[in-house]
Amino acid sequence: MPGFDFSNYNRNAALHARGVPLPKATSTGTTIVGCIYDGGVVIAADTRATSGPIVADKNCEKLHYISSNIWCAGAGTAADTEFTTSLISSQLELHSLSTGRKPRVVTCMTLLKQHLFRYQGHIGAYLVVAGVDPTGTHLFTVHAHGSTDKLPYVTMGSGSLAAMSVFETQWKAHLTQDEAVKLCADAIESGIWNDLGSGSNVDVAIITPEKTILKRNYIKPNERTQKLKSYVFPKGTTAVLNEKIIRKQDIGNFVTIHDLAEEAPAGGDKMEVDT
Amino acid sequence: MSMFSQNPLMNGPNYSFSETPRVGAPEGAREHRFDPYTDNGGSTLAIAGADFTIMAGDTRLTSGYSINSRFHRKVFKIGGTTTDQHDAHLVLSVVGFAADGEALMERVDAMCKMYRYRHGRPISVKACAQRLSTILYNKRFFPYYAYAILGGLDEEGKGAVYSYDPVGSYEREQCRAGGAAASLIMPFLDNQVNFKNQFIPGSGEGHALQERERRPLTRQEVEVLVKDAFDGAVERHIEVGDGLQMMVITNKGIEEIILPLKRD
Repeated sequence: MPGFDFSNYNRNAALHARGVPLPKATSTGTTIVGCIYDGGVVIAADTRATSGPIVADKNCEKLHYISSNIWCAGAGTAADTEFTTSLISSQLELHSLSTGRKPRVVTCMTLLKQHLFRYQGHIGAYLVVAGVDPTGTHLFTVHAHGSTDKLPYVTMGSGSLAAMSVFETQWKAHLTQDEAVKLCADAIESGIWNDLGSGSNVDVAIITPEKTILKRNYIKPNERTQKLKSYVFPKGTTAVLNEKIIRKQDIGNFVTIHDLAEEAPAGGDKMEVDT
Repeated sequence: MSMFSQNPLMNGPNYSFSETPRVGAPEGAREHRFDPYTDNGGSTLAIAGADFTIMAGDTRLTSGYSINSRFHRKVFKIGGTTTDQHDAHLVLSVVGFAADGEALMERVDAMCKMYRYRHGRPISVKACAQRLSTILYNKRFFPYYAYAILGGLDEEGKGAVYSYDPVGSYEREQCRAGGAAASLIMPFLDNQVNFKNQFIPGSGEGHALQERERRPLTRQEVEVLVKDAFDGAVERHIEVGDGLQMMVITNKGIEEIILPLKRD
């Protein structure tokens, strides 16, 4: 049977009953927004991911690809937004291939809500779905329990109130593209400053009938300040209690070796390190 | 609308009174509860030097995912003769539940003033530290939910830091971090103030390796460590930020320094 594996359910329930705490999922305590303008739709997100009060990722991506003309902003449990959007993206691609038509935003929204409703809110994905298709420009929100809204401007996540206050004071009908981008970025920034679950940078995606423009780190208002002192230790500062040398030619006895190309592309951002 | 249920902390102890229905309660039965405590986040830090003590704290006041204030002091001068504390010689930092912290600070300050009135001289850090412990333990079964650190100069003029738990267990230390980001800052302090886990390169083999010897830090060095410690904590803890308040206690008096921190 396709779907989730529940084989550990009874064991985990028994452990939980004996006081073993559940593992904590990385949540994107988030600000995400969307706004329709004359000629397209804009969505935006902050880039902070948290685990309780700890910042898990300072520059994560919350704008998810569905198809070239449909993008999704996700709040809630990080893994759920990631897997739900990629699952629906794949289903929509197959649907588009079999019908020979461009995917529609309503189709995407319907697939998402039916998937989420089936799991009764246990899949903690809160999404802003935006796109342009042959029927026009569309903007939806989808909640984890499966309810949806269709509105000209939307916000979600823990920073939704901060962001909505910007929309409610500054939004007007017939915005230009630049005005819509500015409004969305301002709404996200409001979440970044005033909501502890949101922070770091602003990501923006602009979807028009012609193309989609993804502006990763459109605004970076939270660059790390330079450390006042260097914390580089002299070599040999850490005590070595014992040492075992495995020669390169013998390494095959311990692990399986795969030869990589000389310039293997390293995934993800470069880590900040002291120099 | 389910819009408001998205905030996970709405179900947490953000308010003094909660009427959350208990799962499995008998039909019609309702549990009424009184939740007098709130965690207001923030972090504090104290380092004792040879002839000075530096006390620091961030100035953010939070509850749940909200910022209640971007400039709320956690570090206080106490034991002066007037309300402006111009002649104070002790500093108390409090973190945890802000209301209890402030109430505790006011009680300790009043106690210091009474001491001065009765004895005709200011209270020593040692005496104040012992009295603060008694004040905390007096409320053993309805504690002040505050992590206090007391700083000053001892009888010999050396820097002194006393740290407390909410029910009065205390200890004199070289340095201490308190509050939300204590677990992030304390290991940094152990390494950079007491040189823990640092050995002299090439001084021996394995367990025979010699530890790097402790030396008293200068005031400038400590100020740099405090700023870097908070900049680091701000990066990784959501409840720390906005401003950094530092109090430098020397035999010339107490100097207050305010620096900006990230506000996201």
